Amino acid sequence: MAKITIDGQTYEVEDGQNLLQACLSLGLDLPYFCWHPALGSVGACRQCALIQYQDENDQRGRLIMGCMTPVGDGQILSIDAENAVNFRAGIIEALMTNHPHDCPVCEEGGECHLQDMTVMSGHHSRRYQGLKRTFSNQDLGPFIGHEMNRCITCYRCVRYYRDYAGGTDLHAMASRNRTYFGRFEEGPLESEFSGNLVEVCPTGVFTDKTLSQDYSRKWDLQCAPSVCVHCSLGCNTSPGERYGRLKRIQNRFNSDVNGYFLCDRGRFGYDFVNHPQRPRTPLQQQDGEQSSLTSEQAINQLKQKLKDPEICWIGIGSPRATLESNLALQRLVGSDHFFSGLSHQQEQVHQALLKLQRSGHGQLLSMQEAEEADAIVILGEDISQTAPRLALSVRQAVRSIGRSKAQAIGVPPWQDQAVQIANQEAGHPLYTLGTQPCRLQPICKQHFPATTSEQARLAFAIAHQIDNKAPAVSGLTKAQQQLAEEIAADLTNASRPLLITGAGHGSTDLVQATEQILAALSRRSKGEQPGLVVSFDECNSLGLTLLNHRGQENCLDDAFDIVHQSHDQGGKQIGVIIVENDLYQRASKATVDQFFNDLSDSVVIDYLPSDTLAKANLILPAASFAETQGVLINNEARGQMLFPVYAAGDNIQMSWQWLHASAADINDAMADFSNQAQALRACLETEPLLGALEPLLEVSQLQHQGLKLARMLPRASGRTAMRAHISVHEPKQPVDEQSGLAYTMEGVPYTAMAAEHSGGGMMPASWYPGWNSNQSIHKFQQEIGDNIEGPVTGIKLSLHSLPDPSIEWSEPTKKARAKADHLLLISHPQIFGSDELSALSTAIAERTPVATASLHPDDAKAMQISDNDLVQIHLQDQHIQLPVTINPQQAKRVVLVPDYLDEIRGLENIWVTVRSLGPNPVITSDRRAGHV
Amino acid sequence: MADNADITFSKPLTGLIREDRSPLTLKEYRAGGGYRGLEKAAKKMSPDEVLEEVKASNLRGRGGAGFPAGLKWSFMPRDDKAPRPRYLVCNSDEMEPGTFKDRLLMEGNPHQLIEGMACTAYALGAEIAFIFLRAEYSVAAANISAALKEAYDAGYLGSNILGSDFSLELHLHTSAGRYICGEETALINSLEGKRANPRAKPPFPQVSGLFGQPTVVNNCETLCNVGHIIDKGADWFKSLGLGSDSGTKIMGVTGNVKRTGLWELPMGTPIRELFEGCAGGMADGYSLRGFLPGGASTDFLLPEHLDLAFEYDVIGKAGSRMGTASLILLDDKTCPVAMVRNLTHFFAQESCGWCTPCRDGLPWSEQILDRIERGQGSMEDLDTLAWHTQFMAPGNTFCALAPGAAEPIQSALKYFREDFERHIKEGTCPWH
Repeated sequence: MAKITIDGQTYEVEDGQNLLQACLSLGLDLPYFCWHPALGSVGACRQCALIQYQDENDQRGRLIMGCMTPVGDGQILSIDAENAVNFRAGIIEALMTNHPHDCPVCEEGGECHLQDMTVMSGHHSRRYQGLKRTFSNQDLGPFIGHEMNRCITCYRCVRYYRDYAGGTDLHAMASRNRTYFGRFEEGPLESEFSGNLVEVCPTGVFTDKTLSQDYSRKWDLQCAPSVCVHCSLGCNTSPGERYGRLKRIQNRFNSDVNGYFLCDRGRFGYDFVNHPQRPRTPLQQQDGEQSSLTSEQAINQLKQKLKDPEICWIGIGSPRATLESNLALQRLVGSDHFFSGLSHQQEQVHQALLKLQRSGHGQLLSMQEAEEADAIVILGEDISQTAPRLALSVRQAVRSIGRSKAQAIGVPPWQDQAVQIANQEAGHPLYTLGTQPCRLQPICKQHFPATTSEQARLAFAIAHQIDNKAPAVSGLTKAQQQLAEEIAADLTNASRPLLITGAGHGSTDLVQATEQILAALSRRSKGEQPGLVVSFDECNSLGLTLLNHRGQENCLDDAFDIVHQSHDQGGKQIGVIIVENDLYQRASKATVDQFFNDLSDSVVIDYLPSDTLAKANLILPAASFAETQGVLINNEARGQMLFPVYAAGDNIQMSWQWLHASAADINDAMADFSNQAQALRACLETEPLLGALEPLLEVSQLQHQGLKLARMLPRASGRTAMRAHISVHEPKQPVDEQSGLAYTMEGVPYTAMAAEHSGGGMMPASWYPGWNSNQSIHKFQQEIGDNIEGPVTGIKLSLHSLPDPSIEWSEPTKKARAKADHLLLISHPQIFGSDELSALSTAIAERTPVATASLHPDDAKAMQISDNDLVQIHLQDQHIQLPVTINPQQAKRVVLVPDYLDEIRGLENIWVTVRSLGPNPVITSDRRAGHV
Repeated sequence: MADNADITFSKPLTGLIREDRSPLTLKEYRAGGGYRGLEKAAKKMSPDEVLEEVKASNLRGRGGAGFPAGLKWSFMPRDDKAPRPRYLVCNSDEMEPGTFKDRLLMEGNPHQLIEGMACTAYALGAEIAFIFLRAEYSVAAANISAALKEAYDAGYLGSNILGSDFSLELHLHTSAGRYICGEETALINSLEGKRANPRAKPPFPQVSGLFGQPTVVNNCETLCNVGHIIDKGADWFKSLGLGSDSGTKIMGVTGNVKRTGLWELPMGTPIRELFEGCAGGMADGYSLRGFLPGGASTDFLLPEHLDLAFEYDVIGKAGSRMGTASLILLDDKTCPVAMVRNLTHFFAQESCGWCTPCRDGLPWSEQILDRIERGQGSMEDLDTLAWHTQFMAPGNTFCALAPGAAEPIQSALKYFREDFERHIKEGTCPWH
């Protein structure tokens, strides 16, 4: 700790930070632009100037930059000294010489850091008489708007985009007061983290295009603490709504999970909530006839169906539904009749991954912890596509490998540029094993492209290298043997080694091999256990797997079998209730068609328009994440509660609410689901591992002196004004009966709540008086970058309790025998296109790449296929035609196709033949249009 | 000991350079005593002894700041555990308006620079060195390239120089041409292929410089002195100076004098000797109103300062800087506002765009000066202009560009304020 004096007041502050951080942590207002808590200091903007005095007798002092000056014991400082105040006002005045006066039409207005800092610095009239500089703007794709005239040249965008996120297509170009931030030519920003520019840019240069299309000011958006549903990482978000329409997603700070940043799928994938074909009223469908029902009618209809003694009801749950909804369905149909909604292969991998997580061989790391890893091996999973935010954390691990070198020459970690300069020669032992090239490859020490079984064999060999008790692998090539030795050495030498794998590769062998490496490593290391991060496919995959103890025998394929057998053998009539699941995404069309044929009745509760929905006899519109209160378990077993952003109305309900309303009086087991707290309690009681989530029950009801927390900002337009242009008759405000949050701005503002309870995870949107942008987050942190103090809406479960886990070494995978003249068909995930929710969002659809079949050059040569040919892939009883790409970085003897192709659902890992149909007649630029 | 008639004893830097500036060949350079310093260093002295000799000579940096070279070198970690590789970079990005001294040295006697760099690299234990050359100096580039080849062939560069353990790779890098590349850390960024923005200090380049490795950056003229210091000794070098500074300095004069040009004079020579003795005083019909003593980024001095000794501390006390010792004269037939406006235009153009006071303050200052010069200024403009010179003061900006750019403005406001006010009152430039 250091004692520093600021304007006569003495404070104790943490050593090792800079003065700007210290001042902000103390709650003092010191304006800044180029500094960012995650990006560190570079000293470019000169906005955070303050005065440092040599001693008590020094009256004049010296102007210093807060962000570039380390805290030192005994420092005497002033923020309020006249020369500091004048200088800071001067900086704003200089920045403003070229900033347009377009606040009224600027999307950033009302949450603009530049506006806030201008007001804070006291610059109000300008002396500059010249013309303002003008630039032309670029079309940067469907996500990000570009208005360079507003630029104040703080360099945050390129520092974030290039240095932090590893992007290569955004540049600082030209110089002096004509420095231009953009691409060499127009086109979509390529980084999958481009959306963070919207929040990183302190003014309106980079704005959220999806919000701009149907714009509302921040103060008119209703927000709630939410959790991203587009992958399993559970990034915390703050979605914003107006007029019942979800308008944008912003990052919600959580240092354990996503920190300050989201991926583009998470930020721009929300539009499925507003999909025009989304079911919004209950519907009954019979013989192609559709008729809408009131919710009361629908509930009655479902009640009648459930009462029908002729029909045995089964339930199919979903990895994208909350714990509550999955459990309600399980309770309703009974656990014997509850099926997980995952294919057999996926269920197997999920169970294997859960076993791995529970084995105790590795410590389950959060993304923040993963950023500290000093050796990383990624096995089989292309996290840049399936868990993108995790890939951003891996980039930080790679970036920070040289921090110790910087520290040794006296460079503190926050002095970002100097750290990166000192660090240039350091390499990070990051290895990727995968069938396809990965976005992390440019920063990898080595990428190993191979089939999953070859990857598993390499992984077993690594385990053997680390601990020779682990069985050896025979038949490795010399290069593979060398690589195994190299990886083993890097893992053993590391003090914080990390393994990453996931469900996307679909191989239980690879999961087993991962466990073997972890076991070998933990036997070697004396202190800390090796780290493990597992990614799943969907937002509640792990929650579903935890709840469904019978997953091995009760997966989707089992449901298909049972229904088919029963139908064939003239058994009992079966009806199905499907909760938030599109079966056509998980199995072949023929299989699912057959399934519906064999069924006697079907009820689908969902919010997505889907083929499954079209087949249902009764459709009940489910609440999307934006209208849901419930708990999702993320990949690291963190149970997180999300809250509805707005009231969905009577016709849209959470799945468990529909089930409760229909079945409460006919099924005792459903009595527990009368409200969310009860439903969650039922989940905690069903699965003891979930018991640790108990505090969430209280947090979700948190109130301030008996008053609820307002979802909207205190600055909101008056309640009556919000809808006045639609009708002067103000409807009754919806009431939130489930949580401690209130709709509209009525209730206690978050700032008041935070003052009392330190707020915690209940923050609907970050705002503080004088700090209208997301930069306000530091007002709620004890220390910059620390978690927000107080009650949290996420709790990490402890999946294993074994102190000394033993290992039964398993035999390595045998070398797979290839089928002559055939290639293994492997589907690969795409950040834009794979997730069924975001795929329905316009902006994401626009960025979904054209489907191609990708081949290794050796295979292409053997099959006489040239780049840009059209090829025909022969599947079981059909064929698909795709343009071909040839890629030397992918596995051999494999044809890679994107996993969102309908034709290949349920058909992965089969041997296929591929033949050329000659040059592709469609020119590349036309293909995109054709696809979308 | 060579005989005292040797011209390199009194004019070490330029004594051998021919009138037509055609470059000395290796043979010619050696005939004039060239590479004696390197031979002595590599064969008879330890790196520490070389460093101590340079320290003792009180050689101060000739790029403008006058920082003692030996002291700069001593900040570089040089022990057995010190990181490798270590780099030496010669700053030959000479782009200060009115300054062209390094050009003469590199065009006329490139071996002198190579020898100086080799001696310096030996002292530093640097195995790789670069000459970072201003893009427009194509003649110098050709001459250095030819000299490098000769030096490699003769064993003055490359592996095991002169049979010692010392090896040095010396590369010529021609820059893409920005004034800011003369700032040593921006130079390093540029050399790495990055944007030529300066870096924050600390860490200093001696600790974390080129590619994050220990690096010393010295000006061309500074390095040219090193071979002579090693050859003839620190005492000789100190004895050259007339006052407290050692050695000679290439001094230049531009403006309406009888003869513009460069002269190598002892440190501490009175400015008047340079102005009247060498440049012949003002051209007929012109009289002197003031001068920038050390290039465009120094404060104006007045005719009353002509008798000052031209050395770092004396000029500093007079309120300006010795800089590159390249006089730019202001005569009575030139508008001081126009002159300052022109200089400010240059600096505004050359701002790298990194920090706010420089990037946005300089174009604004230029606009004000332009307005005053056109007779459309106001008295408030003078206040704003004065405010700008404070706004861009040292410490307020990221590097020294803007504070340097503010120096002619602030001193012009001090010495020629009446002329500024006449522009405003008369609504036109009195010189038009």
